[in-house]
Amino acid sequence: MNVIETAGVGKRYGKSWALRDCTLAVPEGSLAALVGPNGAGKTTLMNMAVGLTIPTEGTVTVLGGQATGSPAALDDIAFMAQDAPLYKNLSVADMLHLARNLNRRFDGPFAQARLTDLGIPLKKKSGKLSGGQQAQVALTLAVARRPRLLILDEPLSSLDPLARQDFMATVMTTMADEGMSVLLSSHALAELERVADYLIVLGTGQLRLTGEVEDLLATHRVLTGPAAEADRYAGQVAVVQAKRGDAQAHLLVRSSGSDDPVPPGWEAHPVSLEELTLAYLRATSQAVPRQPGTAEPQPGNNKKHYQATEAAR
Amino acid sequence: MTVLTLPVEPGRATAQPAVPWRRMAWVTWRQHRAMLTGVTALLAAVSVFLLIEGLKIRSDYTAMINCRTACQPADNEFGSTDWTLANTLGIFMLLAPALLGAFTGPALLGREIEAGTFRYAWTQGIGRVRWTVAKLILLGVALAILTGAFSQLFAWFFDPFLGNSVGFTDLTATVFTTRGIAFAAWTVLSFAIGAFFGMLIRRLIPAMVATLIAYLGVYLLAWLVLREDYPVAITTSGPVASGAVVATSVNSPTALTPNAPWILKTWVTGSTHWTRYIPVSRFWPMQFIEAGWLLVLAVALGAATVWLVRRRAA
Repeated sequence: MNVIETAGVGKRYGKSWALRDCTLAVPEGSLAALVGPNGAGKTTLMNMAVGLTIPTEGTVTVLGGQATGSPAALDDIAFMAQDAPLYKNLSVADMLHLARNLNRRFDGPFAQARLTDLGIPLKKKSGKLSGGQQAQVALTLAVARRPRLLILDEPLSSLDPLARQDFMATVMTTMADEGMSVLLSSHALAELERVADYLIVLGTGQLRLTGEVEDLLATHRVLTGPAAEADRYAGQVAVVQAKRGDAQAHLLVRSSGSDDPVPPGWEAHPVSLEELTLAYLRATSQAVPRQPGTAEPQPGNNKKHYQATEAAR
Repeated sequence: MTVLTLPVEPGRATAQPAVPWRRMAWVTWRQHRAMLTGVTALLAAVSVFLLIEGLKIRSDYTAMINCRTACQPADNEFGSTDWTLANTLGIFMLLAPALLGAFTGPALLGREIEAGTFRYAWTQGIGRVRWTVAKLILLGVALAILTGAFSQLFAWFFDPFLGNSVGFTDLTATVFTTRGIAFAAWTVLSFAIGAFFGMLIRRLIPAMVATLIAYLGVYLLAWLVLREDYPVAITTSGPVASGAVVATSVNSPTALTPNAPWILKTWVTGSTHWTRYIPVSRFWPMQFIEAGWLLVLAVALGAATVWLVRRRAA
């Protein structure tokens, strides 16, 4: 089952598209990282998944085909919006009571225990808490709903490094305990590299890359070899990004597997998730190859793409 | 390649009952108790004042009626001092629904949107339509009860001034809306206008201004256009020379008695003098007609607000 599935989805604000032609499927049980620069359409995509935004074109379904924003979907999806909006004039205890009244399921004891552990006073007004504490309260409110899908929009931005670790630890523990799926957006991939098992890369309103992290890492590698041979070689493989020095060239290529033959005089290195993401974000072509297996094969596009990328270098 | 289409899972939640409506009572109270207690406190404070002054006015009135000699002071007390106070309060009563609506309506959704908290509230299990409908109804009913009760007290306070030298009756436009069920209905409409603009404009202050302007528009429409056509008026005719009732203004009855009708219109065709008027006995039908269409308009605005909430999410 896919927890989020989109088909050609797009959202236009006035004349500009915040997101366009986005087709992806996030499988159940994954921690999906949604990465991209500011303004890439991450929030738009998340808002669509929780029914806060209605797509201009295409469709979005959640939790195995349910309509977004439907009572059934809302019941099983918890959303923590960017900047963790809380009612500033309500105390933390009142926020818990509010969440209990607005949802069919709410694990009050868990929420209280977690906030007490974090040293967040229940009697304090939400608006008087620090940014990090507000994020923790918002996360607690979301997790205590025992959702099947937890959607977090830039949850780490207001947290210090220590709190980020605690925050992610809570998310991971709940995932393990409850079989919950998570979609988490960030413009800093570094924190997610170790925990994410599914990756969605958005760049200026377009889907650049999507797939299981394991597959992505297995099917991409950096080839290093003599610069003079780079052009000839680039015609034979799918090059995502090419960096050329005077003597050596580094080609980030997509391959069918790690046992693809390496041409003589070249060396293959594994690629890190961050390198991979940045490479796809830099590739500005319209026809970026999608992760094989998730989208329909587009052999022509792939070729066009790396040629375009090459030409741009 | 074959595309496998799996049937849509019924989902755990669809089989289970939704979040009950009554849960919204606590939510609404907790989020709006400052507003509700504020309105209650304000109306209660004015009520105490009205009660004290109302009793004084009644004793002044009795003193004036029973006065046999040197009556100037007693006449002045009732006809001047008391009347000035009542008249001033009467003007405030005309503004009250507009102000109450402007201060309570736009905040309902406008503040959630300004503060970004709608992204929390509208993604909870209860769903944003239920959330909006429950709040609109609960707050609308609360305002109707508060202002309905208050206007009964104001009507009692103002009674001594009806049908005497001041020239007001139950059906004087400026009196009519402060009593019966009209005052509560105008307040509910004003609240609904406010809630609608709060969602439409999405900013608190502009929505408040828009509410006041729209309220004024509807008020003038009712006053200058619609009331004349409420199906309770009677048209009579007589010869021009017979000295029949002649009214010059729509809103000033000619005879200054408690039973003076509300003359809507007089006109002459040939040698016949026509008068269209509303007898005082038709006060309540007038009230029900007015409150009726106001509430229908309020419900329509409420529905439009819910539609905006459904459609115009950020």
